[in-house]
Amino acid sequence: MAVIQDVHGHSHDHPTGIMRWITTTNHKDIGTLYLCFSLTMLFVGGFLAMGIRAELFMPGIQILEPELFNSFTTLHGLIMVFGAIMPAFVGFANWQVPMMIGAPDMAFARMNNWSFWLLPVAGLLLITSFFVPGGAAAGGWTFYPPLSTQGGLGVDMMIFAIHILGASSIMGAINIITTILNMRAPGMTLMKMPMFIWTWLITAYLLVLVMPVLAGTVTMLLTDRHFGTSFFNAAGGGDPVLFQHIFWFFGHPEVYIMILPAFGIVSEIIPTFSRKPLFGYSSMVYATASIAILSCIVWAHHMFTAGMPAVGQLFFMYATMLIAVPTGVKVFNWTATMWRGAMTFEVPMLFSIGFIFLFVIGGFSGVVCAIVPIDIQVQDTYYVIAHFHYVLVSGALFALFAGAYYWLPKWTGRMYDEKLGQWHFWLSMIFFNVTFFVQHFLGLAGMPRRIPDYALQFADFNMISSIGAFGFGLSQLLFVYIIVKCVRSGEKAADNPWEGSTTLEWTHLPSPAPYHSFETPPVIK
Amino acid sequence: MSQGTGHYYVPAPSKWPIVGSSALFFMGFGAAFTMNKIPLGYGMLAIGFAILIYMLFGWFGEVARESESGKYRAQEDKSFRWGMSWFIFSEVMFFAAFFGALFYMRVLSIPWLADNEHTLLWPDFAGGWPTAGPGFEDKFTPMGAWGIPALNTFLLLSSGVTITLAHWALKKNDRGALKLWLFATIALGVTFLGFQIYEYSHAYADLNLRLTSGAYGSTFYMLTGFHGFHVTVGTIMLIVIFFRCAAGHFKPENHFGFEGVAWYWHFVDVVWLGLFIFVYLL
Amino acid sequence: MSSKLMAVLTGIMVLVFYSGAAVSSKYNFPEPQSTIAQQIYDQHIMALWICLAIFVAVFGVMGYSMLKHRKSVGHKAANFHHSTMVEVIWTTIPVLILIGMAWPATKTVIAMKDTSESDITIKATGYQWMWGYDYLQGEGEGISFYSQLATTQDEIRNQAPKGENYLLEVDNRVVVPVGKKIRILMTANDVLHAWWVPALGVKQDAIPGFIRDSWFTADNPGVYRGQCAELCGKEHGFMPIVVEVVEQEKYSQWVAEKQKASAAIVNTALAETAEDQPSKN
Ligand code: HEA
Ligand code: HEA
Ligand code: CUA
Ligand SMILES: [Cu+2]
Repeated sequence: MAVIQDVHGHSHDHPTGIMRWITTTNHKDIGTLYLCFSLTMLFVGGFLAMGIRAELFMPGIQILEPELFNSFTTLHGLIMVFGAIMPAFVGFANWQVPMMIGAPDMAFARMNNWSFWLLPVAGLLLITSFFVPGGAAAGGWTFYPPLSTQGGLGVDMMIFAIHILGASSIMGAINIITTILNMRAPGMTLMKMPMFIWTWLITAYLLVLVMPVLAGTVTMLLTDRHFGTSFFNAAGGGDPVLFQHIFWFFGHPEVYIMILPAFGIVSEIIPTFSRKPLFGYSSMVYATASIAILSCIVWAHHMFTAGMPAVGQLFFMYATMLIAVPTGVKVFNWTATMWRGAMTFEVPMLFSIGFIFLFVIGGFSGVVCAIVPIDIQVQDTYYVIAHFHYVLVSGALFALFAGAYYWLPKWTGRMYDEKLGQWHFWLSMIFFNVTFFVQHFLGLAGMPRRIPDYALQFADFNMISSIGAFGFGLSQLLFVYIIVKCVRSGEKAADNPWEGSTTLEWTHLPSPAPYHSFETPPVIK
Repeated sequence: MSQGTGHYYVPAPSKWPIVGSSALFFMGFGAAFTMNKIPLGYGMLAIGFAILIYMLFGWFGEVARESESGKYRAQEDKSFRWGMSWFIFSEVMFFAAFFGALFYMRVLSIPWLADNEHTLLWPDFAGGWPTAGPGFEDKFTPMGAWGIPALNTFLLLSSGVTITLAHWALKKNDRGALKLWLFATIALGVTFLGFQIYEYSHAYADLNLRLTSGAYGSTFYMLTGFHGFHVTVGTIMLIVIFFRCAAGHFKPENHFGFEGVAWYWHFVDVVWLGLFIFVYLL
Repeated sequence: MSSKLMAVLTGIMVLVFYSGAAVSSKYNFPEPQSTIAQQIYDQHIMALWICLAIFVAVFGVMGYSMLKHRKSVGHKAANFHHSTMVEVIWTTIPVLILIGMAWPATKTVIAMKDTSESDITIKATGYQWMWGYDYLQGEGEGISFYSQLATTQDEIRNQAPKGENYLLEVDNRVVVPVGKKIRILMTANDVLHAWWVPALGVKQDAIPGFIRDSWFTADNPGVYRGQCAELCGKEHGFMPIVVEVVEQEKYSQWVAEKQKASAAIVNTALAETAEDQPSKN
C-alpha cells in the first residue's frame, strides 16, 4: 500500500474507478463525496417533507397513517440535520479549508476518509428502519422518552445511527481543528484567516464539545430501553426532563453548528461581490466566538413548558435573548460591507442576500420564542416550525447554495449557467416564503406541530403551505440539473472569475484546482 | 504556529477506513437486532467485532510502520498532539453527560419526587441518597468508599507515577527501566480491573445492588462501567506500546505513540478521581 | 432584479402589518380570555412591532445600498473596513431594546408561576390518548372523569362530512366557574403530554411521575379549546382539551349533577362488589 506513494504525496497513480473513491485520502475527493452524499440526503429528507406536506394538504387522514406520519416527521428532521446540512458543511470544509489556508491536505487524511464512509452506514441504518417490523422511530427528531422508550427495533437502529454519526462528526471536527491550527501557510496568522475558516474552527470546537454529550444521552436511552436503568424514569428516581436537558445541551449548540459555517460562507461572498473588504473583521470573529459560547448556556429555552422554576426560565430567557446581539453585529457588518461597494448580483450574491433577508426573519421569530410568556403559547406549534425553517432552509441551505455557486468554478473548472441559477434563486425564494411564512399564522392560531390531521380553521394556510412546498421541492430539481450541466458542459472558468475575491484558492490556484494543491505552502505577507 | 516545513506527509489511499466502516455496519445492525432478540443479530455483531479488530491491527500497524520509517516529522507530530488532545476532550464531555445525570438526580429530581406536592403520586417516598427511587421496592446496600474503591484509587494513582517514570526512562533512552515501569503500569491496570470485577460480583451477590436499582444503580454502574471500559482500552494500548518498546520502537526525542497512550492513561486516572469523590465518597 | 426583491420585501411587509393589525384569530393568537393570556398577547404585538421596525431600518439601508451602490450604475467601491464608533453603537442599541422586551416578560413569568391561593384545584392526567380530570379541592371536590375525542373515525377517514369542531370536541368537558382562580396540576400516566388552552394562556407539559402546575382565571364564560401539545404517539393529534367556563350558579348545578351521577355509579359498584370499598374518585 504505502509503496505507491513517496513521502511527499506526489504520486498520481492512485486507484481508479470506484476504488478511488473508497480508498481516497485526498481532501477534494472526500469533499466531493460529502457533497454528493448530502445532496442525496437532501432529496431523501425532502421526499419525506413532501410526504408530510401531502398529508397536510387537506384535513383528514389521506395518505399517511398517523404512526407513519410521525416516522416521516422524525426521519425528515434527523436526515435533514445529520444527513443533509451537517455533511454539506463538512464537505465545504474539506474542499475549502486546505485551499484557503494554503495546506497540502487535511491533517489526518486517512481518518478523513473514515469520517465520510461512516455516514452511508448511518444513513442506511436510518433509511432501512422504515422497513423493519414496528417501523422507523416515531418520537420526533428529539426522541423524548418515555415515548422513545416505547418504540421497537426502529428506535434502536436510530440510536446506533446517531452513535455512528457522532463518531463521524467528532473525527471530522478534530481533523478540521488540527488542520486549521497546525497547517496554515507561513505568515497566515489567526487574525488573517478568511472568515469561513474562523467560523469552521469555532464550529468544530462546538462539535467536539457537544457530540459526545449526544452520544451519552442516546446511550442512557439505550440502557433505559434494554437494561433496566432509570435515568428517565421517575419510579427509579430519574426524570424524563433530564433527557431534555442533556439533549438540548447538545441540541442548541447543534443549531449553531448548522449556521456558523453558513455565516462564514456569506462573509466570503458579500465582500467579493461588493468589491470591498469585509467590514469589521475582528468584531466578526468575536461575534462568532460569543455566539458559540452563549449557545452553551441557553439550551433550556426549548423547555419553557417543561415546568422549570421561575429563576431557571428567566436565566435561560435572558441568555437566549442576548444571542441576538452578536448575531445582529454580523448582520450589520454585512450591511456595512455592501454599503458604498460596487455590487453585482450573480447567483452566489443573490443567495447570500436572500440568506440575510430571510435569516433575520427567522432570527426575529427566534427572539419571539425566547420570550417565555410568548413561548408558552407558541411552543410545539407551527410557529416554531416556521422559525427554524427560516433559519435552516433559508439560512443554512441557502448559504450552501450560495457557496456551491460561488466555488463550483474552482471545483469543476467550469461556470454554472447564470440564467438558470437566477431562476433557481427566485423560484426558491418565492416558494420558500409561500411554504413557511403562513406557518407563522398557523402556529399563532394554535396548530400544534407533529400532527397528521388538523382542525378546519387551519385548512387554507395548510393548503398554501403544501403548494409552496411542492414548488420548492421541484425547484431543487433545477439545482441538480444546473450542477450536472456545469460539470458536463459548462463554459471554461477563469482562475479567478469573480473580480473581487481575494482568498488563496482564487489568487494562487488554477481552475479547476489541481488534485494536489499547495504541496509547497505559499507565503502570506 | 503555522509552520511551513514543506512537505507534510499525506498517506496513500488506504483500505482501512472502509474496513472500519463495514465493521460498524455489522456492529450497528447486529447490536440493534440483538437487542430485539433477532437471531441474525448475534452473528452480525460477532462478524463486526472481528472486522473491527482486524482493522485496528492493520491501521495502527500501518501508522506504527510509518512512524518508525521516519515519515512523521515536527509538523506531523504536532498534528498528532492536537488530535489526541481534542479526542481526550471529547471523552471528557462523554463522561460529563453521565456526571450531569448524577448531579441532576441527586440535586433536583429526587428532592422533587419527595416534596409535598408529589405525595399525591408517591405517598411514601422519603428521598435522600442513595436511593432506588420511589417506585422500586427492592432494598440494596450502597457501595462503601473505603475498602476496594480506596485501594483502587491508590492503584490508579500509582500507575500514573509508574507511567511517568517509564516516560522519563524513555527520554533517557534507558530501555530496561522503560520496559520495567511500563510493565508495572500494566500490572497495576490489570489489578485495578480485577478488583473492579470482584466489586461488581460482590455488589450483585451480597449487596443486591444492580444496574436496575433505580437512580443509584444506574449511575453507579454506568459511570464505573464506562470508566472500567476505558481502563480496559487503556490497558490494551499500554500492552501494545509495551510490545512496541520491546521491538525497539520510539526514540528519546520522538515518541508520540507513547505519549498519546500516557495522556490517555492520565485522563482515565482523573476520571476515576471524579468517580471516587462523587460516586463513592459523597 | 432588485426591484423584484423590493416587491417581495414589500409583499412580506404588508402581510406582517396585516397580521399585526388583524384581530381575526386566523393570523394571530386567539382572543385572550385571562390576564396572563392578555399580557402574552400584548407582549407579542410589541415584539412584532419592534422586530418590524428593526427590519425596516436594516433592510432600508441594505436596499438603498443595493440600488445605489451597484456596479451597473457605475458606483466605485470605497475601501473602509471598520469603525469602532458604529460598532459600539450597534452593539448597545440592541441590548437596550432587548431589556425593554425582557422587562414585561419577567413580570409575567413571575405571575404565571404564582399558583397559590387557588379556588379550585384540578388534576389533569395525560393518557395515551385522552385526558383524565380529578377535582381535588374547592367546589366540586371528588368529581372525576375521562375526556376523550368526540370526532368520529368516519369524519377523520373522510367518509363523513367534518363537523364544526372537527378534532376539537370531547365527550366530557372540563367545567369551571368564571372569575375563579383555577389551579391545574398536570401529570401523565405513560408518556409526555401537554395541557394547552391558548385562549387561557396555559400550556404545561404533563410528565409521568411528576406533578407540574399552572393556573388561570377565566374572564368570560365560553367554550375554550386546545390540544395536546407534546408528541405522545400515534394519536397525539387526537386528544383535544375543552374547557367550558360557566357562571357560578351553573357551575354549582353542574357539580351537583356530577356528584349525583358518580354517587349512582358508586352505588351500583358497591352493590356489585360488596366487600371492597371503591375509592371516592
Ligand atoms: C440554524 C438553526 C437555528 C438558529 C440560527 C436559531 C436561532 C435562534 N433560535 Fe432557534 N431553533 C432551531 C434552529 C435555530 N434557531 C430549531 C431547529 C428549533 C426547534 C427544535 C425542535 O424543537 O425541533 C429552534 C427552536 C427555538 C426555540 C424553542 C421554541 C420552542 O420549541 O418553543 C427558541 C426559544 O427561545 C429559539 C430561539 C432562537 C434564538 C433567540 C435564535 C437567535 O440566534 C437568533 C438571532 C438572530 C436575530 C435576532 C436576527 C438578527 C439580529 C439583528 C438584526 C439585531 C437586532 C435584533 C434585536 C434587538 C431583536 N429557537
Ligand atoms: C435541517 C434542515 C431542514 C430542511 C432543509 C427542511 C426542509 C423542509 N421541511 Fe423540515 N424539519 C426539520 C428540518 C429541516 N426541514 C426539522 C428538524 C423538523 C422537526 C422534526 C420533528 O418535529 O421532529 C422539520 C419538520 C418539518 C415539518 C413539520 C412536521 C410535523 O411537525 O409534523 C414540516 C411541515 O411542513 C416540514 C417541511 C419541510 C419542507 C417542505 C422542506 C423543504 O425545504 C424540502 C425541500 C427539498 C425537497 C423537496 C427535495 C428535493 C426534491 C425532490 C425530492 C423532488 C420531488 C419533488 C416533488 C414531488 C414536489 N419540516
Ligand atoms: Cu398527548 Cu400529545
Ligand atoms: Cu435552541
